[in-house]
Amino acid sequence: MAKITMRQAISQALWEEMERDPSVFILGEEVGVWGGTYAVTKGFYDHFGEERVRDTPIAEAAIVGAAIGASLTGTRPVAELMTINFAFSAMDHIVNEAAKFHYMFNGQMVLPLVIRTVGGGGRQLGATHSQTPDAIFAHFPGLKVVSPGTPADAKGLLKAAIRSNDPIMFIEHATLYQTRGEVPEGDYIVPIGKSTVQRAGEHVTIVTYSKMLELSLKAAEKLSKEGIEAEIVDLRTLRPLDMEPVIESFKKTNRAVVVEEGWKSYGVGAEIVSRIYEEAFDFVDAPIKRVAQLEVPLPYNRRLEQKALPQVEDIISAVKEVYNG
Amino acid sequence: MEKREYLDIYHQMVVIRILEEKAAELYQEGKIGGFLHLYIGQEAVSTGLISARKPQDRVITAYRDHGVAINAGLSANEVMAELLGKATGSTGGKGGSMHLADVKKNFWGGHAIVGSHLPIAAGLALGDQYQKNDGITICMFGDGATNIGYFHEALNLSKVWNLPVLWVCENNQYGMGTSVERASAVSDIRQKAEGYNIKNDYVDGMDVMKVREKSLEMIEEIRAGSGPQFLEIITYRFRGHSMGDPERYREQDEVGKWRENDPIGIYRKYLLEEKIATESELDEQEKSAEEVVLESVRFAESSPEPADEELFANIYADN
Repeated sequence: MAKITMRQAISQALWEEMERDPSVFILGEEVGVWGGTYAVTKGFYDHFGEERVRDTPIAEAAIVGAAIGASLTGTRPVAELMTINFAFSAMDHIVNEAAKFHYMFNGQMVLPLVIRTVGGGGRQLGATHSQTPDAIFAHFPGLKVVSPGTPADAKGLLKAAIRSNDPIMFIEHATLYQTRGEVPEGDYIVPIGKSTVQRAGEHVTIVTYSKMLELSLKAAEKLSKEGIEAEIVDLRTLRPLDMEPVIESFKKTNRAVVVEEGWKSYGVGAEIVSRIYEEAFDFVDAPIKRVAQLEVPLPYNRRLEQKALPQVEDIISAVKEVYNG
Repeated sequence: MEKREYLDIYHQMVVIRILEEKAAELYQEGKIGGFLHLYIGQEAVSTGLISARKPQDRVITAYRDHGVAINAGLSANEVMAELLGKATGSTGGKGGSMHLADVKKNFWGGHAIVGSHLPIAAGLALGDQYQKNDGITICMFGDGATNIGYFHEALNLSKVWNLPVLWVCENNQYGMGTSVERASAVSDIRQKAEGYNIKNDYVDGMDVMKVREKSLEMIEEIRAGSGPQFLEIITYRFRGHSMGDPERYREQDEVGKWRENDPIGIYRKYLLEEKIATESELDEQEKSAEEVVLESVRFAESSPEPADEELFANIYADN
């Protein structure tokens, strides 16, 4: 299997789906002539042409709104929002329209729509460009929210998303694009709505996704040297949430840490911990801990920014606390 | 146009009028929940406009959508049943008054977030353009919607991409209780289209034939590749914004003056003067329209409630 970057994996998925299905097209800011601000769609404009790789005005509501409308006519638009922070300008179209139409119009309207976007901090972009508001989008029934942590999952999940008939927020992480991993060539599909175990272990369950998977894997390697084996469950899809691998792992380890990059309050960790208590309370041997971003808007200064973001050391100490608790 | 078509237009307008009056009664009786926005006074707008479309042309509108639904070909039965929240309603009792739709009739819904459906309309037109379909999209909205950002993003995009869409502003003088003059920098709404270099015009919305004529012209130009066009239709709603409107923002004299321009009366007079129909033929149409509406009430009241399983149906298209 070829070892490629997350960027290449996402690009490959898009390219292959556009080759396979002429109803798939891309629209967004700088996706065409520029080649994508994260270079994911580099070369697409020359190959597929301006009808299928559509540069838009800087107008997020128009991008998502037009993608919704086009999806209703039977095409499969992939709308790109340059960063998830800009998704707030399209919030109405994402939550009031995309998430509601299929249900509210009683199944008459079908929206095969993917909104690709980029989240996460750690690049000194300041408070408005560094957020991880994934949980907000995962709040709404009717929307699906996918966020891969490995290149293989990125490819397989994006292909599944493009073939799906539901509106999907596909959240990539800005600092994962260079991450390398083995990615199957050709038609590789990872089903949406399935969590998976990324590392086996018997002592503590770490539940995480996206960028925090990378940090959790590093933490697990260090913990292993001290004799603590962490099992890591990667959620991959935040809605619909697949708790089965989490509960199965927890029933074995009886201890868990949830690691997310977003803020702790009302976050992904809050949801996972509640579900574990609801579904496996009898298996709890120690209070479950959450590792998350400190409750501040992310500052520009590198040292302060890193201080606010979850680090490998934070995960290690949380796991140890839970393990010894 | 054949006589049958003239009479059909009259029939549609009267159905809408009586259906809305009946809906108001049912609302007072507590049989209709939520909000109820009546189309009384504006019947000529959507009747004239939609009479000019071809079946492949899509219609999308805002929340004042009962009349538009009737013109788009939904039966009074499924409209009334939806108002009563019944399983036989156009969206099975899930959408309600503001979210009528029937995509098989190319009616893409009532939409209740002001202005939100304009970018979606641009997308419908984009879908047709992308697939090289022959249809255009007719997007209706109120004067109030022209002050929100979506309007401007959608108009701009439609021009940049030369989308086959007819933007139709139903200027009924008020966004809820705030008059156009108090909410919009320009009172002639079509000036905003000018700013996007979109061909525009206006028409008297109380005269169904004028609306139809202007719409036919614009729709066919768009179909021929003109790109987006913008039509401002001057009209007036005779009733409040919704059923709970105390109408403190306008004088009853003003309402009375507009009521003298009743679109149904104007059209009736036209049909008689032009000797297209006789008094008794028109009376017959009115009688038939009344029967259609009374039947819709019987149908809606005797229809079943949606089943409990429907609560979880159609959240997603894929499992």
